[in-house]
Amino acid sequence: MLEINQLHKSYSIGDSKLHVLKGIDLSVNQGEMVAIMGSSGSGKSTLLNIIGMLDEADEGAYILDQVPIKNLTEKKAAIYRNKFLGFIFQSFNLINYKNALENVALPLYYQGLKRKERQEKARFHLEKVGLLDWETHLPSELSGGQKQRVAIARALASDPKLILADEPTGALDTTTSYDIMAFLQQLNNEGKTILIVTHEEDIAAMCKRIVRLRDGVIMEDKKVTQVRAESHV
Amino acid sequence: MFDIDLWREIFQSISKNRTRSLLSGFTVTFAILLFTILFGLANGLNNTFSEAFVDDAANAMFIRSGTTTKAHKGMQAGRRVQFRNEDYNYIKTDFDDNVEFITSRIYKNVNASFRNEKNNYSLRAVHPDHQYLEKTKVFQGRYINQRDMDLKTKVVVIGKLVKDDLFLKVDPLGKYINLSGIPYLVVGVFADDGGDDEERLLYMPLSTAQQVYGNNDYIDQINLTYKPDLDYNQAIDFGLDLEKQLKERFLVAPNDQRAVRVFNMAMQNKGINQMTSVLGILILIIGMGTLIAGIVGISNIMIFIVKERTKEIGIRKALGASPKSIVSIILVESIFITTIAGYFGLLLGVGILELVGPNLKTYFITNPSVSISLVLSATLILIGAGSLAGYLPAKKASKIKPIVALRDD
Repeated sequence: MLEINQLHKSYSIGDSKLHVLKGIDLSVNQGEMVAIMGSSGSGKSTLLNIIGMLDEADEGAYILDQVPIKNLTEKKAAIYRNKFLGFIFQSFNLINYKNALENVALPLYYQGLKRKERQEKARFHLEKVGLLDWETHLPSELSGGQKQRVAIARALASDPKLILADEPTGALDTTTSYDIMAFLQQLNNEGKTILIVTHEEDIAAMCKRIVRLRDGVIMEDKKVTQVRAESHV
Repeated sequence: MFDIDLWREIFQSISKNRTRSLLSGFTVTFAILLFTILFGLANGLNNTFSEAFVDDAANAMFIRSGTTTKAHKGMQAGRRVQFRNEDYNYIKTDFDDNVEFITSRIYKNVNASFRNEKNNYSLRAVHPDHQYLEKTKVFQGRYINQRDMDLKTKVVVIGKLVKDDLFLKVDPLGKYINLSGIPYLVVGVFADDGGDDEERLLYMPLSTAQQVYGNNDYIDQINLTYKPDLDYNQAIDFGLDLEKQLKERFLVAPNDQRAVRVFNMAMQNKGINQMTSVLGILILIIGMGTLIAGIVGISNIMIFIVKERTKEIGIRKALGASPKSIVSIILVESIFITTIAGYFGLLLGVGILELVGPNLKTYFITNPSVSISLVLSATLILIGAGSLAGYLPAKKASKIKPIVALRDD
C-alpha cells in the first residue's frame, strides 16, 4: 500500500548542501504498524514529512495506494492529505478555540461534507475514543491524554488509508502513553495502517515492525513481536 | 456564492478570539471616527466662509462718488462728483462686454404708513436688474420692471418685515402705501438672505424717484455684476480699468481715493478663494494623514494576526485545507471586521458631529458634516489596505509547510 524507492532529499544551507535522505527503500503493507526510529538528525522527520505530503523528495518514487505522489500542486496535496492521511502530533495540535467535537469535524469540513453529516461522523469517532461526554469541552479543559484522544478521533474522522503519528506519546506520562498506544494497537487490529515516528524503545516495541534510520539510510528493518500495551497498564 | 460553513468558521473565529477582533476593529473604528470628525469640522469652517457671502452676488461691483481731494486739470479739490443717468448709460454701453447686470441706486429715507401703522424705512430707487444683483427673492407679486421705468409708475416692492410691520395680516398686494405723503401701489413682497436690515427696505423704479424727489437725473450709486466667465484677475483688471475711465470722465486725479470709488468683490473673493483652497489642501492632508495612520495600524494588526494564526494554519493544512481556503478565511474575516468597524466609526463620527455641531457656531464652524460617499470611500480604502496587508502574510502563511508551522518552539 505504501511503496518508496530510492528516495533522496537534501536541503541547501547557505552554500553547502545537506543530504538528509540518501536512498530510502521502504514498503509498507495494509494493516502494518511500523515504528520509525532514529536519533535527531537521522532523517526520520523528513521521511515522515515526505510520506505525509508535507514535503517533496528530490529523487525517487513514492506510491501511496497505487497513486504516484509526484509533482503535486498545493491544492492536489491538500486533497490527498485529506483523503489518504490522518495526522497525530506530539503536541496534539488541536485548535484551541474549537471544542472537541468541532476539532474532530474539521477534516470533514475540508471534505465538503454537510454540517449535519460532519457532526454525526465526528460524534461517532469521539465515542470511539471514549470522549463523547466531553464533546463541548475546549482543549484547555482536557487532560493531555484526552487531547491526544481527540486528535486521534480527528485523524480517524476522514477515514484515512494511513495514520501518521509524529512522537504521539512525546508529551505524555508513561501511563497515559501506554493508554494511547493500547488504543493505536486496537485501531491497528481493526485494520488501520499506522506509521509512528518515535525515539522511545518501549513505544517502538509496541509496534509490529521497527525501521531504524541513521544518517539518512535505513540501518535495520525488522519485524518484532508486538508488546501489548495493555500488559503495562 | 454564499458559503454558510465559511461564515460559521469566521464567526466562531471572531467571537472566540475577542481581544484580537476588538483590537483590529477598534483601530479601524478610531481611524474612521477621526477622519469623519476632522473632515466634518473642516467642512464646517468652509461653510462659515461661504455663508458669510451669500447676501450679494459674488461677482458684484459697487461704484460710488464723493468729493475730490486733489486738484486736477484746472479743477479744484473739494468738488463733489455727481453721477447721472448718462453715466449709467455710458458704463452700460461702453463696458457691455464685461457687464452682466447693472443698476443705479438712489437712497431715500421715508415715513411709510398704512392705515394706523407707520414707521421709518430706507428706500432704494433702482433699475429692474437690481433684483439679480441683490439676490432679492420676490415671493408675492412681482419686482420692478422696465414698464415701471418707462412710465414712471408710482409702485413699490416692500420687504417682508415692512409688510409685517405695517400691513399686519392684510394682504399688501394692490394696497396703497403712503410714503411721506404720496401713495404708492404695492406690487410685490420680497425676502432677502442678507437678514433683517435687508428685509426692512422698499424698492421703487429709479425714474419715478428721480421725478418725485427733485425732478433731476441724479443717481447715488451704480452697482453691477461682471460677466461670470471672467476669472478673478480679469475681473480685477476690469474694475481697475473702469475706475480709471470714470476718473478721466470726471476729471479726477488718478490717485484721488475719494471722488470715484469702485469696490470690486473680485478682490475680496480672490482672497477668500485662496483661503478656501488652502483650507481644502489642509483638509486633504489631515484626511490622508488619518487614513495612512489607519492603514498602518490595520496592516500591523493583520501581520500580527497571521503570525498568531500560523499554527492554526498549519493544523488546517495538515487536515486538508487548500491554500485558497486558508487565504479566504483570513481575508474574509479581516474584511468583515473592518467593514463592521468602519461602519461603526462612521455612525459614531456622524453622531458626534450632529450632537456637537450646532454648538460650534462661535468657533466659526457652521453645519459640520461629511458627505457619506467620502467616508464610505475612506472605509473602502481602509478595507482594501487591510485586505492587502492581510493578503500578503496570509498568502505566505498558506505556503508554509504545515510541519514547519506545527514545529514546537
